[in-house]
Amino acid sequence: MVDIEELKERFLNLEFDRKDFVLEPDKVAAVARLSGEPRAEFTDPTHPEFQASPAFVASLSAGRHLPIDFPRIGGIPMDGGKAVTCLRPVPAGVPLTGRTHLHEIYDKSGRSGRMIFLVSRMELFDADGNHLATNDARMVIKERSSDGN
Amino acid sequence: MAIETVHDVEFGAELAPFAPDTSLASTGAFADAVGWGGGGRFKDHAAARAEGLPGALVPGIMAMGFLSSMIHRWSGSAHIETIDTVFRAPLLADEACTLSAVVTDIDTDTGLVEIDLSVKNAAQENRVFGTARVRLPTG
Repeated sequence: MVDIEELKERFLNLEFDRKDFVLEPDKVAAVARLSGEPRAEFTDPTHPEFQASPAFVASLSAGRHLPIDFPRIGGIPMDGGKAVTCLRPVPAGVPLTGRTHLHEIYDKSGRSGRMIFLVSRMELFDADGNHLATNDARMVIKERSSDGN
Repeated sequence: MAIETVHDVEFGAELAPFAPDTSLASTGAFADAVGWGGGGRFKDHAAARAEGLPGALVPGIMAMGFLSSMIHRWSGSAHIETIDTVFRAPLLADEACTLSAVVTDIDTDTGLVEIDLSVKNAAQENRVFGTARVRLPTG
């Protein structure tokens, strides 16, 4: 059985991925339009305050899901949800950098065994180092039992 | 009533829903726009079934997009500070879904409003739920 406290000590809050992005205006606008967004600052690339919607920010993913030396604890991680915190507008067409670390590790036990929850947090910065948004990806892994199931 | 400031918000108020477009064309276009269009899981029912899914899916973050749009439709001056969504079970493309949002907390000093969110499928089963923290002008 995986020791959650040990995982926390080894992996929490250590950056394990850094990835550069330049958001394409047409794709940013398409995501907002397809979501039913009414505001031009999310749907119209010519708007002076054009920016990515929270759902687009949620789509940005790190180069890897977990730290390279993170132990295998079960099957493929399932997408348990996403959270976005919007600190400043996230613009399209300019260089951005996402820095990712594990923000939370916890477990829940149920009838089918123990599930491990991992929250991978990407903090998105512009070229001046301004923190624009935070994107939390919640992954759920069903722990392998001792008989391998 | 138009919601322009935090003083226009009532505790327990339900935000007006809209009918989001969950057609296969729309889920596929969304998947393409976020770079997830390579497989068939959001674009092709048969391909999704071949992967063991019940049909092509609405991307989870598209449901987040529907909920964000609902908030922006409710108030043209609302700024979403945080939106947190839990993907409890998949939503299927080409199936209607129902959005709901209820105001659960209001701080008139700071302008912060908390909203409970959910998306139900055609069988009225809760598939996505979450919360949003939204800031509105205080005066």
